[in-house]
Amino acid sequence: FQDQAEQFFRSGHTNNWAVLVCTSRFWFNYRHVANTLSVYRSVKRLGIPDSHIVLMLADDMACNPRNPKPATVFSHKNMELNVYGDDVEVDYRSYEVTVENFLRVLTGRIPPSTPRSKRLLSDDRSNILIYMTGHGGNGFLKFQDSEEITNVELADAFEQMWQKRRYNELLFIIDTCQGASMYERFYSPNIMALASSQVGEDSLSHQPDLGIGVHLMDRYTFYVLEFLEEIHPASQTNMNDLFQVCPKSLCVSTPGHRTDLFQRDPQNVLITDFFGSVRKVEITTETLSLDRDVAAVESKFPEEEVATEPLKYAEQLPVAQIIHQKPKQKDWHPPGGFILGLWALIIMVFFKTYGIKHMKHVF
Amino acid sequence: QVRLVVPVAVVFSPGSVPGDLPRPLPFRDVQEMEIPVNVRSSVTSCYEMRYRSTTAQEEAALAAATAREADAALHPLQDSTLGSLTMYVLPETSSLLPQGTNVYVGKHRSALLRAGGSVATLQARLREVAQLMSFTASAVAAALSDRVPDGRLSPDTRRSLKSSLGYEITFSLLNPDPKSHTVDWDIEGAVNRYVKPVLDKLSLVANFSVDSQILYYAVLGVTPRYDKESSSFLLSAHSLPHVINPVEARLGSSAASLYPVLNFLLYVPERSHSPLYIQDKDGAPVSTNAFHSPRWGGIMVYNVEAPASPQASLPLHVDVDMARVMEVFLAQLRLLFGLSREEVPPEFLLESPGNEGLADWELDHLLWAHTVENIATVSTTLTSLAQLLDKIGNIVIKDDVASEVYRAVASVQSAVTKLSLGHLHAAFQASKEAVTSSERAFFDPSLLHLLYFPDDQKFAIYIPLFLPMAVPILLSLAKIVRESRLRRKEPTKMD
Repeated sequence: FQDQAEQFFRSGHTNNWAVLVCTSRFWFNYRHVANTLSVYRSVKRLGIPDSHIVLMLADDMACNPRNPKPATVFSHKNMELNVYGDDVEVDYRSYEVTVENFLRVLTGRIPPSTPRSKRLLSDDRSNILIYMTGHGGNGFLKFQDSEEITNVELADAFEQMWQKRRYNELLFIIDTCQGASMYERFYSPNIMALASSQVGEDSLSHQPDLGIGVHLMDRYTFYVLEFLEEIHPASQTNMNDLFQVCPKSLCVSTPGHRTDLFQRDPQNVLITDFFGSVRKVEITTETLSLDRDVAAVESKFPEEEVATEPLKYAEQLPVAQIIHQKPKQKDWHPPGGFILGLWALIIMVFFKTYGIKHMKHVF
Repeated sequence: QVRLVVPVAVVFSPGSVPGDLPRPLPFRDVQEMEIPVNVRSSVTSCYEMRYRSTTAQEEAALAAATAREADAALHPLQDSTLGSLTMYVLPETSSLLPQGTNVYVGKHRSALLRAGGSVATLQARLREVAQLMSFTASAVAAALSDRVPDGRLSPDTRRSLKSSLGYEITFSLLNPDPKSHTVDWDIEGAVNRYVKPVLDKLSLVANFSVDSQILYYAVLGVTPRYDKESSSFLLSAHSLPHVINPVEARLGSSAASLYPVLNFLLYVPERSHSPLYIQDKDGAPVSTNAFHSPRWGGIMVYNVEAPASPQASLPLHVDVDMARVMEVFLAQLRLLFGLSREEVPPEFLLESPGNEGLADWELDHLLWAHTVENIATVSTTLTSLAQLLDKIGNIVIKDDVASEVYRAVASVQSAVTKLSLGHLHAAFQASKEAVTSSERAFFDPSLLHLLYFPDDQKFAIYIPLFLPMAVPILLSLAKIVRESRLRRKEPTKMD
């Protein structure tokens, strides 16, 4: 009976994914990259492999010409921990981190030529952790200082994911100014959200490093990471403890969370359900009985490979699709005549108002 | 709306016809049952029973010495299309089945059962066997687990692999201690001899690709405990979930294919941690020394015997007994697909499938579950696509996306029709086509909602541009209107 009760409170996931996004460019946003890389380190340490992590960094701090310590990204004063390391695997870097690519990763509407490491191949039994950091405002998050993603778009993307059952449960963490506005509009089930600050508040950075010359981390992520350092793959700490991380006295902003869409009680949700990769295992008790004297079946593979003709370049492209598809929908522009007509109207009204004699100079 | 039809032939051998049979042989009967899925939908299972008595050839076959020989002899005489079943009813006193066994289920699509006295017992037994060999209500509910409201199914039910067009199987040999062991495994030979027959049988369900690799210095994530009593090292059951993680990062997978990957790892423990046994929950060592994880794969620990003399030169040469290893891996493959023989009642005797890996009726099991799942997936995908199009009015549907949608709809309708006629093979193929087309349509890169501006974005962008520009225009227009009104009144006043 206790087994059954245990089963009821456990999550039904079989694999874990993480999508970690840093949306800021430029050297003075060093802390956002350090935030993301620190979360990446923790998630890897707790067991999620690189093949299940989609890491998007909008700028390259380690190789930035302004970095006094090249090839490193530090997350703590006194340069204690280099979170860049030797085995970091960045999937989307620099200008590839756009709102469009982010939404494509989430919804799965990716061009067929995208490699496996850039895809989110989750299924209905995947728990996904989504961490975003950068500069945000009330209802939007800025990507690379040139575009925004609104909370409505994000909620719609999650709904598309839910419709196609691309996740079992989703944990959304955001560390930006007014971060709580980003999760206000979610409406799909099984989503839990955490934010570093409420609407109207700013998230503050933690401490500058005089050697590097920039702030190294944001407060909320710093305390979350301290919390995660205590977690090991077998720990039983639950989400309620994560909600208590970084009270107002330490963080200056008020972290918020949202659990109304989540089915299970946060008390029963383990941190390792999202941050780690603890697989359910079963002991194998059955075996097959094989007849050992069977002759080997003729191996078909090598002959098949030799027999195929080399493919011509054209045959590898979906020519039929390319020829028959309609031209891509361009962005909507008002028709050119409209602008001209508008200006003509403005000029006519101007001359009518201030006297017809000015028109004589035109005609 | 989905009807799953199973044609069943029930053949009575002489002396086994129960006295209270409702009609004289031969006759037909249909048994329908509703399997509720959620509040709005349900699946109907329909067993079309055809009762008849044996022909002379069948009687001769049933006169064999053992049930297995009888089954082999009967196989060419029965209808072996996918999805159909044949059941032979034997007299209660028949010696073909061993004592205490009431039902014998063969390798193909037939079963031998004892008459059981009355019609009621016989019907109950027939129903039980038919459900075992085709699909049970819980199997259908598990296949449709997306639609079952949460809370009805425990989170552990849907753990077998999702229906997919293909699977990648990777066999890995982990040797953490190459200084002590040089391990040789004839994986290519083993794949050709043992794995290929199983995959050939499963080729109806999906495409399989097999590869293998050897990883050196790959250590498990858990340090095993030393047990003095058995002088061996033990891995307890609750530490098993943490074993896989450090290894997984190094396993890799093919960059080109998007199919789910099944990993089978063979771990040869280090000299200092040999022999290594896996303990189950009660503390007893597991006979197979292996464990598996749903939707991921399996791990087996292969212990190397200690050398006779302690001065034996290292590294020791190890030739892996591939047959023993493949017995475990193939059993794990079956379990990953959801084919378990654990919940069979004790009076049932199931024939071992031998080197083929799975019986014909188990293949049918998979096909039923996958067909139902595919149909449900297609309808969910197309409904969701329709909702997306409703929400964003100005989305552009390319011609090829539209044709994929039409094809998906046609295929899924054909699959449902074929299911209601009892043609499992054709229904499965149609459902596979439907899934391919619907996925291609849904995940087409051009359907990203971001690319089509919602109306409020249009207002939000253009109003700040045009409103300040419009203010002087509107004021000037107002001034013109006022002046023209004054001028119209003036001529009456002027001379």
